[in-house]
Amino acid sequence: MTKLIQTIVDGLGVGSTYALLALGISLIFGVMHLVNFAHGELITVGAYTSYFFFLHGGSWWWMPLVIIGSAVLASVATELIAFRWVRNSSPFTLLLTSFALERLSHAVWQIAVSPKQRAFPKPAWVFNQFKIASVSFEVMDVVTIAVTALTLALTAVVFKRTLFGISVRGAAEDFDAARLMGVRANRVISGAFAFAGFLAGVAATLILMRSPAAEPSMGSDWLLKAVIAAVIGGLGSFSGAVVGGLVLGLLETLTRAYLPEVAVGWDKYSTAIVFVLIAIFFVVRPDGIFKVSHAERV
Amino acid sequence: MLEVDSITTRYGAITALHDASLEVHQGELVALVGPNGAGKTTLLNTVAGLLRPATGSVRFDGNDITGSDPARLVRAGLALVPEHRRIFKDLTVEENLRLGGSTASPGDRRARLDEAAELFPVLRSKWTTSAGFLSGGEAQQLAVARALMSNPRLLLLDEPTLGLAPTMVDVVFDLLQRLREQGRTLLVVEQNATRALGLADRGYLLRTGRIIATGTGAELAADTSLFESFIGGEA
Repeated sequence: MTKLIQTIVDGLGVGSTYALLALGISLIFGVMHLVNFAHGELITVGAYTSYFFFLHGGSWWWMPLVIIGSAVLASVATELIAFRWVRNSSPFTLLLTSFALERLSHAVWQIAVSPKQRAFPKPAWVFNQFKIASVSFEVMDVVTIAVTALTLALTAVVFKRTLFGISVRGAAEDFDAARLMGVRANRVISGAFAFAGFLAGVAATLILMRSPAAEPSMGSDWLLKAVIAAVIGGLGSFSGAVVGGLVLGLLETLTRAYLPEVAVGWDKYSTAIVFVLIAIFFVVRPDGIFKVSHAERV
Repeated sequence: MLEVDSITTRYGAITALHDASLEVHQGELVALVGPNGAGKTTLLNTVAGLLRPATGSVRFDGNDITGSDPARLVRAGLALVPEHRRIFKDLTVEENLRLGGSTASPGDRRARLDEAAELFPVLRSKWTTSAGFLSGGEAQQLAVARALMSNPRLLLLDEPTLGLAPTMVDVVFDLLQRLREQGRTLLVVEQNATRALGLADRGYLLRTGRIIATGTGAELAADTSLFESFIGGEA
């Protein structure tokens, strides 16, 4: 029982990071019909930015703001510099543009900094634990879940209550109709990229607190998981992205914790087994948990 | 108020509109009628900025607006209720209306939300319902109410009665009449040609992308030979 509770908390911790990233991917997919494979690079940008600031006397007290700020700026910049010019091209062109950005980002960090990992300090409390009854929890897991819950609540308020949020949802359903309402295409898309950048920045902060190091290709692993989470939830569905992220996180930790270690050490295959489960899921339900009807054209 | 000067609009190799011209004056209700595929929707979409004409020009209040961004035209006072309504099904009725008033100041937006609730009692009772659950008639009223949220001086309506039950058709025609009495200028594309022309000050008859007749609503409606040959009674 103790083990189960700890595993679930772990899973929710990892899953909430996936959820934040998947939400950003779903958001951009909504307004641009683009699966943005450069989204994970926002984590890398946050990592190198904090590495730079730690070289010059950084502190974790204000580093989250720096990470989030750099991710927002980078996200808005990629839209302005790269995506805006190909926005009306085929979805395939958009997809290739995002791949190019991802590769370019890897190369830039390798050349400008180093192909090797660059570490920086972590917050002192990160691996502290505390006990409730006989169950011990990691402080970082609880922080991750709490920060994610707050961020998601804020996201819900923005998309339910503000005109910006309603414009994004309207544009995601029918872009031309939104333009007929006076919604400016450039502004709503810039705004969506800024918000996706903010979500990625929060995720990056949580990731970097746990493993404070910058590496050129670090964004890609997270990206793959986030894309899978977004697709499990149903691309374009915001609640789906969150559910997809949590499900993926739980699946990973549960398989790792409970696969029989006997003989061949099956737990090593947990990733493979998770992917097989996902493949089976897509055979049964190709549109994800929450089907988004207007996403069909991609 | 609106001058469309010999516009030609193409979809790739297909020319949907040949050299079409029309005018709408302040305070008029103008009907645009014609058989399916005549280019009526193309004409409205070109005026509203969704399509860019290959040649010709569109002027609104004397300003050239040819190929302008629809978002700019809404701010200038021109709104389109598009074909198939295109309400946002994932948004609630209220959210649809708020989005329709996205160009207004927050104060004006609130005031117009109240007006819409008063003008469309049907919508008030479904205020927080997803628009996807509305019936055809309700959805049409929402589409019109949504366009009115920007307080347009010129309102373009594309087939506002398409697919509606007869009683709902009456409701929509009453609504058009009321909008006209409020002093709004209307350009209406209608499949229900006889009835639209009966209400309209003037009309244009469009066929295979060309304007082939124009006159007062009564003149066009009286010209039954035109109707039988081109519209066949009812489209």
